[in-house]
Amino acid sequence: MSQLAVGWAQFLAQQPEPVQRVVDTVTTGEAIAFWVLGPLALAGALGMLFARNAVHSALWLVVTMLSLGVLYMIQQAPFLGFVQIIVYTGAIMMLFLFVLMMVGRDSSDSVVEVIRGQRLAAALLGIGFAVLMVGSVARALTSVDSKGLAEANTTNGGNVGNIGTKLFTDYLFPFELTSALLIVAALGAMILAFVGRDGKPAKKTQKELVEERFQSGKRVGSIPGPGVFATANSVATPALLPDGSVSEESLFEVIEATDKDTLSDDVAEVAGTGHQPDPHALKGSES
Amino acid sequence: MTKYFAAEIGDTAKVLADDPIWLVLIKVVGIFAFLVVMTLFMINWERKVVARMQHRPGPNRVGPNGWLQSLADGLKLAFKEDIRPVLADKWVFFLAPVISCIPAFLAFSVIPLAGEVNMFGEQTALQLVDLPVGVLVVLACSSLGVYGIVLSGWASGSPYPLLGALRSAAQVISYEIAMGLSIVAVIMFTGSMSTGDIVGAQAHTVLGFAPAWFGLLLFPSFAIYVVSMVGETNRAPFDLPEAESELVGGFHTEYSSLKFALFFLAEYVNMVTVSALATTLFLGGYHAPWSGEFMNTGWWGLLWFIIKTLAFLFLFIWLRGTLPRLRYDQFMKLGWKVLVPTSLVWIMAVAVIRTGAIQQLSTAQRLIALGVVVGLVLLVSFLLPDKKVQDTKGVPLAGSGFPVPPLDLAVPKSAPKRKVKVANLPKETAAVTTGKEAE
Repeated sequence: MSQLAVGWAQFLAQQPEPVQRVVDTVTTGEAIAFWVLGPLALAGALGMLFARNAVHSALWLVVTMLSLGVLYMIQQAPFLGFVQIIVYTGAIMMLFLFVLMMVGRDSSDSVVEVIRGQRLAAALLGIGFAVLMVGSVARALTSVDSKGLAEANTTNGGNVGNIGTKLFTDYLFPFELTSALLIVAALGAMILAFVGRDGKPAKKTQKELVEERFQSGKRVGSIPGPGVFATANSVATPALLPDGSVSEESLFEVIEATDKDTLSDDVAEVAGTGHQPDPHALKGSES
Repeated sequence: MTKYFAAEIGDTAKVLADDPIWLVLIKVVGIFAFLVVMTLFMINWERKVVARMQHRPGPNRVGPNGWLQSLADGLKLAFKEDIRPVLADKWVFFLAPVISCIPAFLAFSVIPLAGEVNMFGEQTALQLVDLPVGVLVVLACSSLGVYGIVLSGWASGSPYPLLGALRSAAQVISYEIAMGLSIVAVIMFTGSMSTGDIVGAQAHTVLGFAPAWFGLLLFPSFAIYVVSMVGETNRAPFDLPEAESELVGGFHTEYSSLKFALFFLAEYVNMVTVSALATTLFLGGYHAPWSGEFMNTGWWGLLWFIIKTLAFLFLFIWLRGTLPRLRYDQFMKLGWKVLVPTSLVWIMAVAVIRTGAIQQLSTAQRLIALGVVVGLVLLVSFLLPDKKVQDTKGVPLAGSGFPVPPLDLAVPKSAPKRKVKVANLPKETAAVTTGKEAE
């Protein structure tokens, strides 16, 4: 056990092999870009946290991601920068927006805990993540020598060529593993969305719906509309069957249940006994 | 990288590297002007061509032969009242047209319009920048352009634009995958993602006469790109986000005046950009259809480039004039179940062929490889489940297709004739009735 601990401590303490520092000077343009994009990215992150509207939050996050993408490009990693924009800004944030729009614009923050212990877990994980981030950033700033991309960008097919070589040789297995993870997650989501609790597809097809309707033996077609005659075209007028009797199905339940008094105005108007257009009204009150 | 083509990787980038600032500015203004003029021209051309296809004259009043119609329309649009719906989200509603317009223009910066030319005594290429990831710039810009459409739909605060926005989001994401995959084969052949290098790789001829355009060498990629470029730009028959028969105007229903004009501009600029990219990737860019110096150097390139781009733009108009709009599920099925798998299989094939070509295998090795591939295909075809045989005994309650009599129908003997008293109707009445029914 102690051996394991010692080994773990050694693993944590190990330094990356010292690399020869390639002198990459920061040009004026790069410095200006950094001081414009850095605050912009930070503002985007803060805006994401404090925006009241979920869609605005997502948009602020887009600002942060775009700034990061441009920063990558300026720091001699054009491929990473554009992939950041295509994948994160273009696809993933678009999916976020898609879901937010489906949910609706008025859904605000809920104060009810949906899952028990959710907040506690979120707080713990958040603190843990923050510690991890601070640790790695501190390590990167203090004990890791920056190598610079000048060499990688000029030899062996340049930036893109080198990334491709690394991905398909040294990092092939982690790369494939990650993609397998993503595919499994997507498949899981699809199965959850398409299959109901009993293992059958949650949604019936149009054909199944039609057959169901025919098999139930109830009315297949639509309910007859109100009667439209030369004398009346009100929704309250029942349709007449071929033998002249009233078709019960054409009656509108709400109107049938309404008091006769409340409809008296309409009845009067249809009957022609109600308010008539007054020719004197056009001339004013004197005549 | 092994050298396969006449042009060296990174040639254009070297030419562009020493451009002075004033030349860059001239190019920026030139590209902007080119795109705006192309938009004005495209709107007019589209109206005229569609009109010709429908046997009517089309716009013919403003300017010579009506060619200034879209300019007049644009001016009128700018003076219209700018309406913002009460329920709209103020800032996002304002930002959306801008967001959709900027990437549309930005994407054109990597398109090579011509090769090396002499501009005011400065040797340069007719291209703004040549990044090592040039093709990705266009993809990134198109993925940003969707934000304009999606946000406009959401910010309008009314149902039709929102539906248009949702459709557009799903549509562009799915078709961008197909588009990206169709480009992969070209990148594999060139060994570079820079647009300048891709055009350079198509300069020579194959078999002595045919131009080595990737549209001919990699035809499946070309076909997939053309389909997905129409889907990506929301044009008929894939114009579901703005389907006027279903969604009024789709995402721009609530927009008016200059904001609407910006959407219009973005749509046409996007069309020009994807057409230009198709020219660059698959039709040899600014090269003439033959190799050699004749009409193939300097400013001649611009002519070839514009001719090829206009051919694609004509295709857009032609499609709009002839094809009805797809249903949404059919459209998605086409994207995910046809274009993407076909692309993947095709990329695998190209990779195998390419590896074989580079490694210079012996004939025996090639035959073995071919045998393995055929074996795999056979194996997969045996593993595929059989098609479900339909139960013909049951009488389908619905969806049985056209009601035809059974094949073994024995025609019953005709019933004995009854004498029916036929009413003495005038013949003309019957004729008139049938005529009306036919209408």
